Amino acid sequence: MSTILEARVLVPDVKLFRVHAPKIARKHRAGQFVIVRVSPDGERIPLTIAAADPEAGSITLVVQAVGKTTTLLNALETGDEILDLAGPLGTPSEVARFGMVVVVGGGVGTAVTYPSAVALSQAGNTVIAVIGARSRTHLLFETELAAVCDEVHPCTDDGSFGRHGFVTDALADLVATRKVDRVLAAGPIAMMAAVAETTRPYDVPTVASLNPIMVDGTGMCGGCRVSVGGVNRFACLDGPDFDAHLVDFHLLEQRNRAYAGWEAARRDELGPCAAVPVVVDGAAS
Amino acid sequence: MSDLSRRERMKRAPVAMPERAPDVRRTDFEEVNDGYTPEMAVAEAERCLFCARPTCVTGCPVGVDILEFVRLVGAGEFLEAADVIAADNSMPAVCGRVCPQETQCEGACVLAKKGKPIHIGHLERFVADHARNLGSTVPTPAARTGKRVAVVGSGPAGIACAGDLVGAGHEVTVFEALHELGGVLAYGIPEFRLPKAIVAAEIDRLRKRGVEFETNAVIGMVDTVDDLLTVEGFDAVFLGVGAGLPRFLDIPGENLIGVYSASEFLTRVNLMRAYSGESDTPLIDVQGKSVVVFGAGNTAMDAARTAVRLGGAPVRIAYRRSPDEIPARNEEVAHAEAEGVVLTTLVAPTELTGDEDGRLTGVRLQRMRLGESDTDGRRRPEPKPGEFIDVEVDVAIIAIGNMPNPLLLRATPDLDRTERETVVADVDTGLTSKPGVFAGGDIVTGGATVIMAMGAGRRAARAIDEFLRTETARRS
Ligand SMILES: Cc1cc2nc3c(=O)[nH]c(=O)nc-3n(C[C@H](O)[C@H](O)[C@H](O)COP(=O)(O)OP(=O)(O)OC[C@H]3O[C@@H](n4cnc5c(N)ncnc54)[C@H](O)[C@@H]3O)c2cc1C
Ligand SMILES: Cc1cc2nc3c(=O)[nH]c(=O)nc-3n(C[C@H](O)[C@H](O)[C@H](O)COP(=O)(O)OP(=O)(O)OC[C@H]3O[C@@H](n4cnc5c(N)ncnc54)[C@H](O)[C@@H]3O)c2cc1C
Ligand code: SF4
Ligand code: SF4
Ligand code: FES
Repeated sequence: MSTILEARVLVPDVKLFRVHAPKIARKHRAGQFVIVRVSPDGERIPLTIAAADPEAGSITLVVQAVGKTTTLLNALETGDEILDLAGPLGTPSEVARFGMVVVVGGGVGTAVTYPSAVALSQAGNTVIAVIGARSRTHLLFETELAAVCDEVHPCTDDGSFGRHGFVTDALADLVATRKVDRVLAAGPIAMMAAVAETTRPYDVPTVASLNPIMVDGTGMCGGCRVSVGGVNRFACLDGPDFDAHLVDFHLLEQRNRAYAGWEAARRDELGPCAAVPVVVDGAAS
Repeated sequence: MSDLSRRERMKRAPVAMPERAPDVRRTDFEEVNDGYTPEMAVAEAERCLFCARPTCVTGCPVGVDILEFVRLVGAGEFLEAADVIAADNSMPAVCGRVCPQETQCEGACVLAKKGKPIHIGHLERFVADHARNLGSTVPTPAARTGKRVAVVGSGPAGIACAGDLVGAGHEVTVFEALHELGGVLAYGIPEFRLPKAIVAAEIDRLRKRGVEFETNAVIGMVDTVDDLLTVEGFDAVFLGVGAGLPRFLDIPGENLIGVYSASEFLTRVNLMRAYSGESDTPLIDVQGKSVVVFGAGNTAMDAARTAVRLGGAPVRIAYRRSPDEIPARNEEVAHAEAEGVVLTTLVAPTELTGDEDGRLTGVRLQRMRLGESDTDGRRRPEPKPGEFIDVEVDVAIIAIGNMPNPLLLRATPDLDRTERETVVADVDTGLTSKPGVFAGGDIVTGGATVIMAMGAGRRAARAIDEFLRTETARRS
């Protein structure tokens, strides 16, 4: 059991949790995730560690309610307990002095890129964040990223804030006009696929933080396998970060729909307005 | 019983294990075997010849004193029999159910030649269940040594090691990566073959004896082995992390929706209870669907029989060798066939096909024949050129074995390992190349058996005890 030290709504359907997990906080490195279970019959779901505070002994999770488990989790408040929390899992993101790095975050993926932005900035890179959401009210982590990045380029689908358009439009301008040394993307699959296509003609090394369906998160089931350069890799062991130019995003998209009907039924059990359908924020498709 | 002549004993028919009817049991997850009654146990024990050289004992990897415990069963002294088994086997209720007896104790019984070996496994199970139902006592703890041991992994190797270490007076903490304890006994072997309550009772007993359990503790990620020895202050570490990384076939279509590793399929069903309407963990709908399982070990039988219980029809096992080479326990093969599993041998999958949504629709099987003998003595299957069978399938389960999980090993680079990525450890002591670190079970042998993992855990416990005592002697 892990106690929730702080819970607050960031934007509609997205909640931030600071959770007591001193050992995980001490070991965490950017790019890693935890596996969470919220009820005795509950599913094990992966969530990125959005920040860690070793002194306070806490980690931060940012959760978008998309289905039953995330909806149940987002109903928890400060002082409540999370039943199971295991981590940190996954291979940490590669952090080095690359030069100029653009981190691209779509929707809740913005929070996923945050720890990498911090680490890349500390490693002496110029870090530019390109973040996207449906509208101003859905934009996440803008102030947090502004504090650690050299520039932040917000984009909204409806033009209510920042650039009117997709994150890939802003990214296309950046790679065309600046010497970008590396791109890191996290968000909906369609967005990550579009980011890969945007940078491919420029040969900019591009990494995507993949989100396949997981069970154990420790290499035991193989359910999280993704095809990278034609080779199967387990995202929980060797990822979640992979070379975006080699990832088979179509396959990932298909596999993540494996239980679509079942999941919708479970979500509906929670009531009609319990959660919104998965919204492809900031995607180029 | 002693008044029976040798001839009379030999004439008696073996007592069959009562089991629930196939058409009933295939609709639920309750245990298949009902277990012997005391009368059945006595009758079966009475067949034993009490050999001057009991070959059965040499067939048991941990050397259970079979002759003596069977003699006590025959005399109706069941609790005494339980004590005899307990001297060598810390989980007889499990081993009686899952040991491959036909290649171990029963295979080595003199009566095996006549095809009528003593049902040692059934008797062991009876004795263990009998003792458990009477509420077995918790042994009085030995004097505390003040030494602390970390056991990584809660499978049979870890459980057996922890039990003996706490018995020797050491403080023991078991670290388990998953949210439930028991290793393969919890997430792999299904309820209908090994009720979870038996594993839970064993773990509960260890808890009562003072063993601490920490779940959700992924060693190598949260604490490394070095952290356990330095930061956390443990005096020794036992690694019983198993061989849990599933192997895939490396054929086209393996990533289609509906293609599972046996580990994923069984984990979703056993650990996450996907068969109950209450579970939030989804599973591809198996009801009325065509299922194929690749492989023919215990894991394959478990996956196929689980698919039958989920309503799969037809459920087929596709094995690339002949029926003679099937590695699963005989009983499991017989049970699987009785429950309607179709065995197709001498076929190997070459390609899985799907629809435009990426869902599995079929498999192409290559017909095989047996060629020359392999190094392991088994005849190697080879393709019959041009001979294929195309089968419509909705769910495919790959049960062709596991490899050691690299997660902990990557974080422990100073641990010597073989080219198969298993940990190098001394057979008698479990000592690894890393001082103070011992290992046993599947992580050392590769996928093996429960009793071998348990035996390795106990040998390591003995060596760790020795190590801790000499350490103290040296330091003072
Ligand atoms: C490494 C990794 C890091 C992630 N980090 C975050 C994060 O920081 N914040 C966040 O809100 N979400 C994150 N996710 C996604 C999150 O795990 C899923 O949203 C969650 O599992 C959905 O569970 P559910 O029961 O609420 O929804 P479901 O009803 O199960 O599914 C709803 C949608 O989520 C997808 N999904 C279902 N199960 C999983 C699963 N086990 N893993 C991934 N996707 C799944 C489905 O394809 C479906 O589209 C991450 C996923 C991965 C793999
Ligand atoms: C489906 C199936 C059916 C089988 N049927 C039979 C049978 O009928 N008879 C038989 O004798 N054998 C059978 N076996 C084989 C037998 O189960 C194994 O040989 C035995 O369980 C090995 O025991 P172990 O303790 O070495 O490892 P495991 O039982 O694999 O346990 C290892 C434990 O360590 C945990 N772990 C792994 N990494 C870490 C880490 N980094 N930190 C913390 N914990 C970790 C795992 O989660 C797991 O709980 C079967 C196996 C399977 C998969
Ligand atoms: S432990 Fe296994 S092999 Fe040994 S006697 Fe018991 S059933 Fe037979
Ligand atoms: S070998 Fe068979 S008959 Fe002889 S003692 Fe062992 S169990 Fe009894
Ligand atoms: S989630 Fe099971 S192997 Fe990655």
